Amino acid sequence: MDFVLLIEQILNGVQFGIMLFLAAAGLTLVFGVMGLINLAHGSLFMIGAFAAATVAGWTGNFVLALVASLAAAAAAGALVEITILRRLYNRDHLDQVLATFALILIFSEGTRWVFGSFPLYLNVPAYLSGPVTLPGGIQYPLYRLTIIVIGLGLAFGLRLLILKTRIGMQIRAGQSDREMIAALGVNISVLYTLLFALGAGLAGLAGGLLGALQSVQVGMGEPILILAFVVIVIGGIGSVKGALVASILVGLTEKLGSVLLPSIFKLFLSTADATLMGSALASMLIYILMAAVLVWRSTGLYGAAT
Amino acid sequence: MAETVLSVRDICKNFGALRASDHVTLDLRRGEIHALIGPNGAGKSTLIEQVCGTLKPESGKILIAGQDVTQLQTADRVRLGLARTFQISALALEDTVLQNVLLGAIGAQGSPYRFFRNVTANRQLREVAELALQRVGLLERAEMLAAELSHGEKRQLEVAVALTLRPRLFLMDEPMAGLGASGAAKMTAFLRSLCHEAPILLIEHDMDIVFAIADRISVLVYGKIIATGTAKDVRAVAAVREAYLGDDGWGDNF
Amino acid sequence: MSRETVVNLVLLGSLLIVPVYARAVDDPFLITLSTRVAIFALAGVGLNLALGLGGLVSLGHAAFFGIGGYTAGILASHALNYAPLIDGIIVINGSRSMPVIWVTTLIVSACLALLIGALSVRTTGVYFIMITLAFGQMMYYFSISWPAYGGEDGLPIAIRNEFPGLNSLDPFQFFLIAYAVLCVTIFLISRLQDSAFGLALNAVRQSARRVEMVGIATFRLRLTAFVLSGMITGLAGALFADLNRFVSPSMFSWQTSGEIMIFVILGGTARLCGPVAGAGMFIILEHLLGGISDYWLIFLGLLLLVVVLFAQGGLVSWLAGERVRRHG
Repeated sequence: MDFVLLIEQILNGVQFGIMLFLAAAGLTLVFGVMGLINLAHGSLFMIGAFAAATVAGWTGNFVLALVASLAAAAAAGALVEITILRRLYNRDHLDQVLATFALILIFSEGTRWVFGSFPLYLNVPAYLSGPVTLPGGIQYPLYRLTIIVIGLGLAFGLRLLILKTRIGMQIRAGQSDREMIAALGVNISVLYTLLFALGAGLAGLAGGLLGALQSVQVGMGEPILILAFVVIVIGGIGSVKGALVASILVGLTEKLGSVLLPSIFKLFLSTADATLMGSALASMLIYILMAAVLVWRSTGLYGAAT
Repeated sequence: MAETVLSVRDICKNFGALRASDHVTLDLRRGEIHALIGPNGAGKSTLIEQVCGTLKPESGKILIAGQDVTQLQTADRVRLGLARTFQISALALEDTVLQNVLLGAIGAQGSPYRFFRNVTANRQLREVAELALQRVGLLERAEMLAAELSHGEKRQLEVAVALTLRPRLFLMDEPMAGLGASGAAKMTAFLRSLCHEAPILLIEHDMDIVFAIADRISVLVYGKIIATGTAKDVRAVAAVREAYLGDDGWGDNF
Repeated sequence: MSRETVVNLVLLGSLLIVPVYARAVDDPFLITLSTRVAIFALAGVGLNLALGLGGLVSLGHAAFFGIGGYTAGILASHALNYAPLIDGIIVINGSRSMPVIWVTTLIVSACLALLIGALSVRTTGVYFIMITLAFGQMMYYFSISWPAYGGEDGLPIAIRNEFPGLNSLDPFQFFLIAYAVLCVTIFLISRLQDSAFGLALNAVRQSARRVEMVGIATFRLRLTAFVLSGMITGLAGALFADLNRFVSPSMFSWQTSGEIMIFVILGGTARLCGPVAGAGMFIILEHLLGGISDYWLIFLGLLLLVVVLFAQGGLVSWLAGERVRRHG
């Protein structure tokens, strides 16, 4: 295990965590403000990736592709919020789970219908491909570094939006007291639609960004969705700060675990056994992390204590 | 002096800057009805939740029949003799009236870990349940769904469930609310007879009822007990406090 | 006899008549479909105990369905290879006998449910949903990354396991085995619903603080329900492995959890035979709509949306002519 590889995996972990944050931020806000558990959030991630791949295919312009990923997912989000989800805010969680599960089926099969079962590919543009040399002589792909920078920028922007703007104030008011924002004369249904579209757009953008690192295909959203749930459970429901911390934690655990655990097991097991045990345990590591946080604090790191 | 069944000793509980319980000390003695009064937001609910174990005090102790229960879970406190009726009914509304009291009988005498025998056919539990219904006058409603009961009948059912526990003390959160004049009078008479079986800590808004029914009264304001004593004692003190508190809506009742 | 009891008997009767007819006209595929309905219904009956009666909205029951399947697969593969499962001071051999496999499955699923439940039942609402989903996914990834039993490719069971006195290779006889397990389970659940445990569990769903206030610790009650629920769904997984003679990580997938939940909801939550109706409807839809379009899941999604938005209560409530009251 050499030092350069370790740094590289740490950066990969941060990069993966940042993407998880973009997916989880909308989910946690929507739950915190509207009280809705949205399983179809992963579908919005997938829609972003497909939109980016399609637009990149037409225009060859990567920036346009990213804009498309954000716009398409935000539009799809706004559409389902207005037509379906707003009827579910006052229903119990079981109804929300079922309706959004139904939306996954519709989105996934609809996408398969339009695009077929074969994966699409989204290429990293020439000006973002290739490695950069970081201080200390470490080579790291420029594109992944760009993702980290964009993600951190968005996280910072989201923080400003929530803390400094009028909409942010309304969102915070909505988290603590839904009736209060009505009393403030805010048009709640517009606020909810905007908030939902914002979360959807962020997830879509994450889909577009990650689409260049993996194949774009039906079903790519749900593994991210479930990891985003893990992030929210660890970070505490409704807490954007918690989501950021937990995302990075989960990203690091995921990437470092798969590299470090086999090496650790090699200290006392044969190479073959160590690889076997190590990779099996690494696949469960983030869930073990979640379980540990739950035992310690059942409302997550930044959740309201009961 | 009569034996103390419930003893709250010097408990404190803060929510941020809000002092919900500020060195609260309170005794409930055998045979008495002890009313806890105070304006909204005075910390009555917080105090009840701490007695029941859904909230934990930051300092101080709670004793039931001399045993320190401060660290015990709700269910364990109930097994030591605590029974509570809820302000907003907490009944199994989809179940029948009989099933609601049977639940109490299961908790008090049976075990919920019986998986095969039909529980309504258990004669012993059923007797306990039906006796409780009979005492509050709901026996003929036994097969109705709890949801179909009137507001006042739900209150009676709450009391019936508490009766099945054969507790050492009752903690009743506004059992008269919404009963109407004749219903409240009946309930008052019932509670007066019940308190000889087990004392009652009563939370009640209606001052006429409180002064009519309570042996002793404690006044909770801003998390502090500012007076404890008979109706007469408290009236005297409260008149003084009124000058400090001004007209906040409830002082008028004195 | 209440109208729901009549509906239940008709449902269970139909599930028996279809394969009897199929055997008469020699249509083994229809028998296999009926067996699938019986097994899916059993998985749903398991979830229904936690979800319908206990209000525990578990989105991770695939963990138990999968662990049941793998228990059957692993025991069978060791028995077929004559390689002991554990070879040391104690020697444990594989087995090809269904009763042995079932008992093992019940124990293994109970242990897994105890572990997952101990962590998740402490939480409620949306946390519980997300945590059960996450633990289901954990089992999925574990099954993929553990290569000893096929990893991603899954594990075939060369010959269907044996049941004493019956020829399990005959589709109809295997159906009867699955059907009998389903009926016995439904009978036991019907007793449980009227028992002290059923009464208390039903009350926990409606008002947990009420149950605490009669001196019953709700955590232990919920956990017990979760474990029983996981055991039943695990048993269904073991039967499913034998039906397909194959187990794969997809048994652990979140889609499986979602489908088990759909069986429960389409049929009607907390309805004794709701999952039988739900699983039957699911299989019928799969074959009617699947015959029309490859993208039949879109229609299933739309149907599910309509049921959730406009027709709460499910099929059995509709047939039984009454609605279950629901609370927030």
